[in-house]
Amino acid sequence: MISRDYDDVPGTYVLDSRSYRKGYHLNMFCMSLNKAECREEFGRDEMAYLQKFPMTDEQRQAVLDRDYILLLQLGANVYYTFKIVSHDRHPPQVMYGKMSSPPMSFEEFQEMMINGGRPIDGNRSKKESENG
Amino acid sequence: MARLVAGMGTSHVPGVGAAMDNGKTDEPYWAKLFEGFAPLRAWHAENVPDVTIVVFNDHATSMALNHYSTFMMGVAESFQPADEGWGPRKVPVVEGHPELAWHLVESLILDEFDMAVTADFDVDHGLTVPMSIAYDQPAAWPTKVIPLCVNVIQHPQPTPLRCYKLGQAIRRAIDSFPDDITVGIWGTGGLSHQLGGERAGVVNPDFDRMFLDNLVNDPMANTRLTHTEFIREAGAEGIEMIMWNVMRGALNENVREVYRLYHIPVSATAYGAIILENN
Repeated sequence: MISRDYDDVPGTYVLDSRSYRKGYHLNMFCMSLNKAECREEFGRDEMAYLQKFPMTDEQRQAVLDRDYILLLQLGANVYYTFKIVSHDRHPPQVMYGKMSSPPMSFEEFQEMMINGGRPIDGNRSKKESENG
Repeated sequence: MARLVAGMGTSHVPGVGAAMDNGKTDEPYWAKLFEGFAPLRAWHAENVPDVTIVVFNDHATSMALNHYSTFMMGVAESFQPADEGWGPRKVPVVEGHPELAWHLVESLILDEFDMAVTADFDVDHGLTVPMSIAYDQPAAWPTKVIPLCVNVIQHPQPTPLRCYKLGQAIRRAIDSFPDDITVGIWGTGGLSHQLGGERAGVVNPDFDRMFLDNLVNDPMANTRLTHTEFIREAGAEGIEMIMWNVMRGALNENVREVYRLYHIPVSATAYGAIILENN
């Protein structure tokens, strides 16, 4: 697989041709939740609705578990996973906190942002973050 | 002849729209940001152009992986606020300006910018939130709007230089439109932010300040940044800032900074706005 210079940026998932292909049906499932009738159908029986999309079982389980970081690793993009968060009627900070390493609660993530956000220093490259 | 009067850059964070729609702007979390909007709104109240070109991106709302354009012009008579998962925002319908939009399309394509064209497009927070920031909550938007979508979420995005050159080509098109109308242009999105991944919440005020300063005095410096520099320094979603280059490219070489606003946090972002008038 072709490597990219941004692969060195830690904790970052870029929607490119690699994730595009891996996550296509997962993302298109997320996209469907823009429609009210699809949100209702998903709400009635999540697994039955997920079966309508040719996704992997691991992707379906990650949706059921709201395991957002795993969803990104399986090819989802954050603008698409927003649709699940919105369906759950959660503020996006719930998702941001769950994806963070280590994970944070809504309140902890909100607090970090109010205090100036996650610092860029130490977070620019994998090498830099490993050095702490 | 049409005349380009000014440009604005602004973030388009959906939370700003939600705070307004749900009457939360007086809450401590939001109050300082909305205080900062007051001078910006005062300027807009005095400077409403006939048409505003809003450069923004669709966030998996009306476009998705199955169809995605690098640059797309909205040529419809009007554009409905989109359902992004919470139901559509209760904001006015966005009235288009098909005559200028088609002139832009024709001029840009002959100028080597091959625009995609849509007449059926619901607009998401990328467009409606800047409208709310500029004009608050009117019964109808005071300006007609031409939506110009840029792909910033799906790699590879257009280069920062390409975006600037698109702005220059838009300016040539405006200057050749025969009707005597005023035009504004907004670049939206940014500033530094990352929404996805373990690094969510990263912001970079030094980078943002450099970008804003360059925008005023040395706009070509912002065209030399690479995609990876944006991702690394401004967060994966900070790459939206390339849309501000479209706005800047359309303005005169010399501009006057009328207003600047910078505030952390708005949701998981650094909020920024700038108003630039042609000198």
